[in-house]
Amino acid sequence: MSGLSDEVRRKVQNHPCYSEEAHHHFARMHAAVAPACNIQCNYCNRKYNCSNESRPGVVSELLTPEQAINKTLAVAAAIPQLSVLGIAGPGDPLANPARTFATFRGLAEKAPDLKLCLSTNGLALPEQIDELAKYNIEHVTITINCVDPEVGARIYPWIFWNNRRIRGRAAAKILIAQQQQGLEMLVARGILVKVNSVLIPGVNDQHLKEVSRIVKAKGAFLHNVTPLIAEAEHGTFFGLMGQRSPSAAELKALQDDCAGDMKMMRHCRQCRADAVGLLGEDRGAEFTLDKVAVMKIDHQAALERRLALRAKVAAELENKRARAATPSEPARQVIGWHRQPRAVLGRAVLMAVASRGGGLINEHFGHAREFIIYEASEAGARLVGHRKTDLYCSGGEACGDGETVLDRTIGALEGCERVLCSKIGIEPWGRLEAAGIKPDGEHGMESIEDAVMAVWREMLAAGQLATPAAGRRCA
Amino acid sequence: MALNIVDSCVNCWACEPLCPNQAIYEAKPHFRVDAGKCTECAGDFADAQCAAICPVEGAIVDERGDALNPPGSLSGIPPARWAAVQAEIAAR
Repeated sequence: MSGLSDEVRRKVQNHPCYSEEAHHHFARMHAAVAPACNIQCNYCNRKYNCSNESRPGVVSELLTPEQAINKTLAVAAAIPQLSVLGIAGPGDPLANPARTFATFRGLAEKAPDLKLCLSTNGLALPEQIDELAKYNIEHVTITINCVDPEVGARIYPWIFWNNRRIRGRAAAKILIAQQQQGLEMLVARGILVKVNSVLIPGVNDQHLKEVSRIVKAKGAFLHNVTPLIAEAEHGTFFGLMGQRSPSAAELKALQDDCAGDMKMMRHCRQCRADAVGLLGEDRGAEFTLDKVAVMKIDHQAALERRLALRAKVAAELENKRARAATPSEPARQVIGWHRQPRAVLGRAVLMAVASRGGGLINEHFGHAREFIIYEASEAGARLVGHRKTDLYCSGGEACGDGETVLDRTIGALEGCERVLCSKIGIEPWGRLEAAGIKPDGEHGMESIEDAVMAVWREMLAAGQLATPAAGRRCA
Repeated sequence: MALNIVDSCVNCWACEPLCPNQAIYEAKPHFRVDAGKCTECAGDFADAQCAAICPVEGAIVDERGDALNPPGSLSGIPPARWAAVQAEIAAR
């Protein structure tokens, strides 16, 4: 959050998708009101209804604007952390302008404290921008996978444009031009733009560095490179054709390469187009239409709870910033003793953290459905990504492949040397240690960043950080 | 002269607002075309609008039952080239 203007900080401080800090404290929901799409992406299958999958473009219940407004109000009453209502599909919000804007209109009136945002492929952005600007929308995400039509032709088989279906390079050229124009128009209006890019090995991996440079130059606030999801059973073109997804190491390497050019988002969870809750959790099943219909809600009391919670979080974060601004005595000594140039004290270490939110280590190892990955070094604790333990599908027997859940979790933690959680059982403890990942349950209910740095300093003091990690690849 | 929507329709709503004759309507288990209203967009557009935006190959057919978007036409990969393209992509 450092280095941001007050205006930008105000816009992002409660938005979990725009602020890494906010994502520990605030929840979002997506209203699935936008079924139609005006383009085809090779990583998307328009048969979007699967309750077991968690990925963009998938929803269980398509909502009318009225249903979406009622659902949002119900969620906002039950989850005071809710700060953002986004429309992200399952098609493209701007290819469904009547449904999208009716939803925004209703919520701007009935829940004026919620931030409204949307995520688009950008094709219709220039023509819809005046309408969009009417609803006080401060955040728009554009998915930009390329700036070169040759690359685009391998990602987008067609677009619908001026009443025709356009294919191949010609289609990609139009889409790219619209995306770039839309980005410039949003920036000119002071709307924060996050650019999402899907990393597709062999297609746009190296090209994304150029995308990052260009969108930054045009004023995008944040670049979010996400890994391609291409399971054959999802029925996408890439999935069926055997296109591979990037490894966690490939993703991190590219994010690090782009980071020199602009702020990179590392905490994206690639959520569903109807997700509800903190990033990394999905409480959508608690708010189906039939359940929402019978809820009794005191909207005024709900609004007051949300505002009180935001004030409390803001005060906590302000305190934390104030503490960070005044270094402790030993830290001041370190700064004083070590004038540049000097050798680094020890190498960086990847650690996995189990958290249910609040910025705390507060999840049992066995209950974690994902781990947040931090890189600890002399420079501090830096969030570099997350790993899902139930990859994209939790459908039980149908998804089973003989591998145990624990084996998959250990595989997902590749490259990590520590896993920090509130508690952990004896069996997983032994298996993790055998795999070279040391469990740590000593820091339950502590702040993630403080705990990660405490463990790093212990490792440093024990002389474990002088040499490269034994036999482990740094993801 | 009318088009028809068949059961591979995924109910994505993309076609419904585009129809110049309001011939397309929501129904179970999938959208349908009112044959009395459909003109296949003759006189309005060069291409039938529902077929021009439909994301599913084979979901929109003409009176003879022939698909306006036959297999391979939307993916851009003709069925005869499927194996070769698949090998190329899998090697990435």
